[in-house]
Amino acid sequence: MSNKSVTRRGVLKTGAVAGAGVALPTIFTASSASAFTNEPTGGTVTLGFNVPQTGPYADEGNDELLAQQLAVEHLNGEGDGGCLNTFTSKALKGNGILGKKVTFVTGDTQTKSDAARASAKSMIEKDGAIMINGGSSSGVAVAVQGLCQEAGIIFMAGLTHANDTTGKDRKKNGFRHFFNAYMSGAALAPVLAKEMGADRRAYHLTADYNWGWTQEESIVASTEALGWETVNTVKTPLASTDFSSYIAPVLNSGADVLVLNHYGGNMVNSLTNAIQFGLLDKVANGKDFKIVVPLYSELMAAGAGENIKGVLGSMNYNWQLENEGSKAFVKSFGEKYGKPPSNSAQTCYAQVLLYADAVERAGSFNPCAVVEALEGFEFDGLGNGKTLYRAEDHQCFKDVLVVRGAQNPTNAYDTLEIVEITPVDQVTYPPDHPMFGGAEATLGECNEGA
Amino acid sequence: MLGLDKKDTTLLIIVALLTLLAPFLLNPFPSDSAMAQFNAGYPDLMQRFVIFGIFAVGFNILFGLTGYLSFGHAAFLGIGSYSAVWMFKLFSYNVIPAIALSVIMAGLFSLLIGFISLRRSGIYFSILTLAFAQMSFALAYSVLSNPKFNLTNGETGLQVYADDPQMFHRDGLPDLPHLFGLSMRSTYTLDMGAWSFDFNAGYYLCAVIMMIVFYLAIRIFRSPFGMMLRAVKSNQQRMNYTGLNSRPYTLAAFVISGMYAGLAGGLMAAMDPLAGAERMQWTASGEVVLMTILGGTGTLIGPVLGAGFIKYFENIFSKINDSVLHGWFAFLPDGMEDFVVAVLHPFVGKGWHLTLGILFMLVVIFLPGGLVEGGTRLRNWFRGKRSGADDKPSGKTEPAE
Repeated sequence: MSNKSVTRRGVLKTGAVAGAGVALPTIFTASSASAFTNEPTGGTVTLGFNVPQTGPYADEGNDELLAQQLAVEHLNGEGDGGCLNTFTSKALKGNGILGKKVTFVTGDTQTKSDAARASAKSMIEKDGAIMINGGSSSGVAVAVQGLCQEAGIIFMAGLTHANDTTGKDRKKNGFRHFFNAYMSGAALAPVLAKEMGADRRAYHLTADYNWGWTQEESIVASTEALGWETVNTVKTPLASTDFSSYIAPVLNSGADVLVLNHYGGNMVNSLTNAIQFGLLDKVANGKDFKIVVPLYSELMAAGAGENIKGVLGSMNYNWQLENEGSKAFVKSFGEKYGKPPSNSAQTCYAQVLLYADAVERAGSFNPCAVVEALEGFEFDGLGNGKTLYRAEDHQCFKDVLVVRGAQNPTNAYDTLEIVEITPVDQVTYPPDHPMFGGAEATLGECNEGA
Repeated sequence: MLGLDKKDTTLLIIVALLTLLAPFLLNPFPSDSAMAQFNAGYPDLMQRFVIFGIFAVGFNILFGLTGYLSFGHAAFLGIGSYSAVWMFKLFSYNVIPAIALSVIMAGLFSLLIGFISLRRSGIYFSILTLAFAQMSFALAYSVLSNPKFNLTNGETGLQVYADDPQMFHRDGLPDLPHLFGLSMRSTYTLDMGAWSFDFNAGYYLCAVIMMIVFYLAIRIFRSPFGMMLRAVKSNQQRMNYTGLNSRPYTLAAFVISGMYAGLAGGLMAAMDPLAGAERMQWTASGEVVLMTILGGTGTLIGPVLGAGFIKYFENIFSKINDSVLHGWFAFLPDGMEDFVVAVLHPFVGKGWHLTLGILFMLVVIFLPGGLVEGGTRLRNWFRGKRSGADDKPSGKTEPAE
């Protein structure tokens, strides 16, 4: 028995079932087509800006965010183009990256490894970010770099100064534009010797964590090579806000230079304490007492106010630099935000442009292609002068600035003056240097994810 | 079922459904829509919901039942994480031994800390636990991470390096934490029209463990041991006068909740093989107190809800920035748009703490029993509408005994 009559309802039913049947495979296969993690398929590409918005480095983080937004504008062809006009690589056209409009998501690292990884993971898993940039701490940078390596996306480090980021913790998917503690030491030492003589006795106060130790190690090594003597190195807890009890013994130790391996709020407090004790007015061993802060930033200088007058330190970048790239960057940053950029802002801006440019040159968002394009890449016009991204450890090599707290600042941003621009050759080291993990340190394999 | 009465069985089934269907429940908005910002159904956050749920459930066994307010539970979370990562570094990426070790280590440490801290009660107990936790944090952050003896790797966090021994690691296995070869990161994405749902192996491992420990917590709550703990909370002095030594009971509760915290820490490391010292800081200890109070102290499901609530704010609200706001209010005239964005700005992005703080205040003031009390009131309100006020208090004071 058969009933062949075709009803309207029957046709609809069959059609629906057949349609669902045809659609089913595509439902299940739709996502498996991408060749690497978060391959951008639509008309946009998403970058993840993971910066400290709360916590001790929130000022740096917010400045980074401003610079990153500016970079996105320039990539999308808005604004005055900034460093796109001065950048030696002309691959970027101001039409996004590979023709895709650049969008971004932001997150808060809180300057905690855990929170930073959570925030980066959500950018990767939820928002489909193809690159993570930013951060203001080496601990965070190393943690997020490890995550990006595992997930198969590119990490463009923000402000991170410890040797480990491109030393023993270096990763194939991670890149650092900022300079490091070794370079600070190598750049500072000759200036210190010239200004203070080669027979000084130094006393170190060091923030008791990874960055502090690598910085202390670097400064001790490079100053002792010049003939200085290290009287004592004292570790201070990171959470300290009052350093009086650490400053008091300095005077009786026979030292005539105090080196503060502190950063951010720590540095502001310890320097203020040292000034209150009148260290700079003292005479020890027949010489004027001096203070050195190896890693400086504009925001710290602003926090320490009057106290930084005459204090020497080093920086990655300063807005007073007179090259074309720097002028273009300072101009568009200043016009948009009404203040000059800090060096953390500049490093993030440069990193975003460098990533975008590497994608353009590689012709693909595939992380492995991007790594290849960035390795050994030589460029100029982003504010630091001629720069090399070294292939062996993904560290940028460029001139390092030695700066001094200005004696007579003319305005609120003119707190630091450039003493010397140390040429890149003087701060270059071999990739298997013992401070950078020695011969065992490797980048590993590039990971493009799923 | 399983030795539970009808009400508890219902509760367990509700929790099971919530956790198993979380990928659907937390992704209610199509992934391209503007509301997708509020989707929370991605693996990392779902894992966090469940892990902190476990942490808070354990904390509640101590705080909710005995009334002892520990301000140092994050220490056990951290110890769990460090143990798990060391297990990864030395033996293999398999998560089972790692989680087992983290529970055991947290148990040992809580026995030690509990033994000392429980000699005092009230605020002194809280201060002692806080001191121990801060000590652990300082040890992990700098003392135990010096180049000569590096147990915790300091601020960077302990992670697995390519040159670690990993004795039982074979080539075929994933280079990430796995369960007998199933990577914790492996995610199956189901695209259904505009919606997309993530099913993550790690999440389901956490979810199953959470159901088991939730069941355990119910059994503890309903057992004679649980009754004893409640007696400690209501009047410890009277208990002591009757000749009963309450210390073993409180110590047992402390160790159990410490082991719950260790389990949560081990799971955190299993989902993401890095142990940072910050997870032992006092803010982390305070967070679990907030979770428990926000959800409802002494209730079974409250801490889980509280944990979800706080983690949702931390991860979703902190990511709403000005450009997202401008996107939402683009339909308004320019001046209006800027005004609305300026008004909302302090409450989103980096201001998520502010929003959370306000909500916490509102809950504590108007719903002292936490979110659970809110739920109960809502239910009573609906019932009251239907059947009139039949569960009003009788108005007459009745003797307690």
